[in-house]
Amino acid sequence: MNTLARPLAATPALPQRASMHWSRDEVIARALLLCVMALLAVFLMAPLFTILVNAVLDKDGNFVGLGHFVTYFHTPSLLRAAWNSIWVATVVAAISVPAAFVCAYALTRSCLPAWFKGTFRLVALIPLLAPSLLSAISFVQWFGNQGALKFLLGGASIYGAPGIILAEIYNTFPHALMILVTALSLADGRLYEAATALRTPGWRQFTTITLPSCKYGLISAVTVVFTYVVSDFGAPKVIGGNFNVLAVDVFKQVVGQHNFSMGAVVGLLLLVPSIVSFVIDYRVRRKLKAQLTARSVPHLPKPRPLADSALAVFCVVVCAMLLATIGMAVYTSVIKLWPYDLTFTLRHYRFALIESDMAAAYTNSLVLAFSTAVCGSLIVFVGAYLVEKTRHMAMMKRAMHLMAMLSMAVPGLVLGLGYVMFFNHPANPLNVLYQTMAILVLSMIVHYYTSSHLTAVTALKQIDNEFEAVSASLKVPFFKTFVRVTVPVCLPAILDIGRYYFVVSMASLSCAIFLYSPDTILASVAIMHMDDAGDIGPAAALASLIVVTSTVVCILYSLLTRVLLSRTQAWRNLSRG
Amino acid sequence: MDMTEATYLAPGTPAAAALEVIGIRKDFEAFSALRDVHLRVKPGEMLCFLGPSGCGKTTLLRIIAGLETQTAGQILQNGRDVSWLPADKRDYGIVFQSYALFPNLTIAANVGYGLANGKAGKAEIKARVAELLQLVGLPTSGEKYPSQLSGGQQQRVALARALATRPGLLLLDEPLSALDALERVRLRGEIRRLQKQVGITTIMVTHDQEEALSMADRIVVMNHGVIEQVGTPMDIYERPATPFVADFVGKVNVLRGHALGNNLFRVGDMELQCDACDSGFEVGDAVNLYLRPEDRIAEHIAPDTPNRMRVMVNKVEFLGGLCIAEVSAEALHGQSLGLHFSLNQLHDLDVREGNHIEIALRANRIRAFCDRKPAA
Repeated sequence: MNTLARPLAATPALPQRASMHWSRDEVIARALLLCVMALLAVFLMAPLFTILVNAVLDKDGNFVGLGHFVTYFHTPSLLRAAWNSIWVATVVAAISVPAAFVCAYALTRSCLPAWFKGTFRLVALIPLLAPSLLSAISFVQWFGNQGALKFLLGGASIYGAPGIILAEIYNTFPHALMILVTALSLADGRLYEAATALRTPGWRQFTTITLPSCKYGLISAVTVVFTYVVSDFGAPKVIGGNFNVLAVDVFKQVVGQHNFSMGAVVGLLLLVPSIVSFVIDYRVRRKLKAQLTARSVPHLPKPRPLADSALAVFCVVVCAMLLATIGMAVYTSVIKLWPYDLTFTLRHYRFALIESDMAAAYTNSLVLAFSTAVCGSLIVFVGAYLVEKTRHMAMMKRAMHLMAMLSMAVPGLVLGLGYVMFFNHPANPLNVLYQTMAILVLSMIVHYYTSSHLTAVTALKQIDNEFEAVSASLKVPFFKTFVRVTVPVCLPAILDIGRYYFVVSMASLSCAIFLYSPDTILASVAIMHMDDAGDIGPAAALASLIVVTSTVVCILYSLLTRVLLSRTQAWRNLSRG
Repeated sequence: MDMTEATYLAPGTPAAAALEVIGIRKDFEAFSALRDVHLRVKPGEMLCFLGPSGCGKTTLLRIIAGLETQTAGQILQNGRDVSWLPADKRDYGIVFQSYALFPNLTIAANVGYGLANGKAGKAEIKARVAELLQLVGLPTSGEKYPSQLSGGQQQRVALARALATRPGLLLLDEPLSALDALERVRLRGEIRRLQKQVGITTIMVTHDQEEALSMADRIVVMNHGVIEQVGTPMDIYERPATPFVADFVGKVNVLRGHALGNNLFRVGDMELQCDACDSGFEVGDAVNLYLRPEDRIAEHIAPDTPNRMRVMVNKVEFLGGLCIAEVSAEALHGQSLGLHFSLNQLHDLDVREGNHIEIALRANRIRAFCDRKPAA
C-alpha cells in the first residue's frame, strides 16, 4: 500500500482552473436578470439605435451620411428652434432655481412653524401631479388675449417665449425645490458651531459654509431644470404660439410632415443637452452621496425674527402664485366661458368624460397608471435586487446598471420617436404591440426607470449585504429569502416606486404622443387635442381631473401604507427591552 | 476509495483533515489577494486567520465558503472536493461581522430559518430552536425581534442560526469587531466555550491579535496574501517565524547589529548572545534582533548572566499595574528598548526617569532575523 501510494503523493497534481458549477440559484438569477436586461434592450436601446440609423438614411432607405445634419444646420428656421430651446431653458433655470433655493432655505434653515413648512411643501409639490399642459392653459387664461391680467404685459403677447418661461417655471419649481431641500438638510451643525465660536458673522457663514455645502445640490437642480425645459413638449405646444423650440419641432417633422429622417436628426439634437446634463448630474450626485455618508451632526437653526419673516413672506408669495396657477385651471373647468359667462357648470367634465370622441381618455390613463405602477415596481425592484445582491455577474450587472441610468437621459419625446421608428417598422415582429396599451405601459416603465431604480437600489443598499450568503449556507434558495425577508424589509421603497409610477404616467404626455391609437388615447393627449380645437374648458377639466386623481391616489397610498406598514413592519419601531 | 482522496491521505499524514486548502490562489485585476496558500484544519479545532486588513484572510474565508471563486487551487472538506461547488452545496455555517440577522423575523424564526426547508416537522424545529437558544443563553428571547437585542445578543443569535443545521464547519468572519470592548471580551470566552461544547471545527477571521491568542487552538498569521506562520498561540508569540509575525503579534523591540558567528551578535559595543537562533548567518551579516518587553532580567542578576548591561531610564510610561520604561544603553550606541516592569518592580528597583539600572536581556528569548528591507 505504502509503496503504491508514495509516487502518487509525491506529485499531487494541482487541478487546473475549472469553472464553478452553477447552482440552481445562479441559473435562476441569471435568467431573471437577462429578462430585465432584454426588456431594457428592446424598449430603450433598440429604439434609440433606430433613431441613429434613421438620421443617416433618406426616405427610401439609402445611406446619406451626415446629409440631414448638413441640411439642418443650413436651415435657419430649424437652427432658431435649437437656440430658442437653449435660451428659454437658461432663463427658466435662472429664475426657478434661485426661487426654489430661497424656499428650500426657509424650509430647512428657518424657525418657521412646522405647519407652515408642511403646508408650503404640499402646495409646492402640486405641480408634480399635473401634466405640463395645465400650467400653460392656466397662463393663457391669466395673460392670454382674454386674460384677466393681460394689462400687466403692456401690449406684449403671452404666446411665445414669455408664456413658455412662466409655465416651465411653474413646472420645474418642485423638482428644484426637492433637490435643494435635500442638499440643505445635509448641514453639519459642528461647522456652524465652530464658525460661531470664531465669531463669524451670519452672512459670512452663509457664503463660506451654507453655499459651498449645497454647491452640488445647486448644480444638480440647474441641470434637472434645464433638461426638463428643453425636452418638455406640453407647455410650448399650448402656449408657444409661433415660437419654435426643439421639442415641438420633432413633433412637427414627424406628425406634421412625416419627415422621419429630419425628426431623427432633431431628436438626436434633443438628446445632446439631456446627455450632457445627465453626465454632470450623475457625477455631482455621487459627490452629494459622499457628503451624505460623512459623519455629521444635524444643524438646528436658531430663530432670526427678521430673516425668518422675510422668508415667510417670500414663501407666501410663491405659494399664492402656485395656487393662482392651479386655481385658474380648476376655475376654468367649472365655469361656462371665460371671461364672458362665469356661471358654474359641470358641462366641461361631462363633455370630457362622456360626450367627446376622446371620452375614453381618462379611463385609459387610469388603466395605464395602475398597470405601470404594478408592473413597474415589480420589474424595477427585481432588476435592482439582481444588480445589487447577486455575485459573479459583473459584466451583466454593469450593462444593466448603465441601461437603467441611461433611461433618464432620454427625453420622452425622443423615446417615443424611437418607438415609432422601431416598432412601427413592418419587418419588426413586435409591431403587433404598436398602439396597444401594453406598449404605452412599457414605455412608461422604461422612461421613468432611472429614478425608480435608484430608489430601489438605495433601499437595497441599506439592508445587510450578507443575507444571500447566509441563506446559501443554510441551504435556503435565494428567492425564498427574497420573498420572506428582502421584499418585506424594502416594502416602503417598493410602494414608493409604485406611487411614483402612477403619478408620472397619469400626467406624462411626451412619450405617449407618438404611441396612442384612438382606442388607447390618454388624458394628457386628449388635453392637447382639446386645447388645439379651442375646447379650453374640457381641456382644463381633464387636467384638473388628473391632479385630483393623483392627489387622491397619494392620500390613499399613504393611508394604505400606514396600515400595511403597521401590520408588516412591527419590527421597525421596537425598542430594546 | 477515490483516487484524489488517496493522494491526500498519503501515509505519514495524521488523521484526515476536516478541511484542506491546497494551493489556493486568488488574482484580482490589479493584484494577487492570495498566493499559493496551503492549510490543513484538524477536526474539532479552532483556527484563527490573523493579519492586518488587506492580507487576504477574509478572501480565503469567503473562498472556503464558496462566496468567492479562487483563481486556482483546491478545497477538500473531509476529503470531498468542494473547490467548485456553489455555496449552497457546501457544508458550513457562517457568522458575519454584521450578524446579518433578518430584521423582520423573530429570533426564533431567524434561528429556525435553515431548518424549515429540511424534512423536520414543526414540533421538531421548535424543539431544536429552543435547544439552541438555551445553548447561547437566550432561552426567553424567541419572540423578540433582532432590533430589541443588544449587539452581543444578536451575535449569539447569529451563532445559534449558523449551528442550527448541524454543519460540519463553522466560519466566523470578524464576529466580534462590531461590539464594544467589554462585550467583546465576554463573548470571546463564550464563543470558545460553545465551540468546545459542540465540538465543531471552526475557522475565525480576525485582525485582533488578543482575540486570536486567547481563543484559537492554532493561529494562521497572514500578510500580503501569504501565510507567514501557522502555530499555537504560544508558538506564534514565543517563536515568531518571521520579522512580520514578531512585529504584528505582541510588542517587540528591534536592535540593529551584525552576526559574529556562534550565536553571537554585535550591537554597538556589546556582544549579545542569542540561544534561540537558527544557524545560517554568515559572519558580518546585518541582522535585526527582536526582543519582547518582558524578556529581560532585572532582579538578582548572576554575575555570569550573558547580555548584562547598565542602562539609563529615559522615560516611564505609567499604565497601571504594568508599566513600560524606555531605557537606553551607551554600550548599545543609544539604541533604546521598551521594557515591562510591574508597578512593584518600579518601586523596588527605583526605576525612575534619569536613574541608571542594571538589566540582562534573556539570551533564550532574543530572535535574530536577517536585515532585509521588506519589499514595500
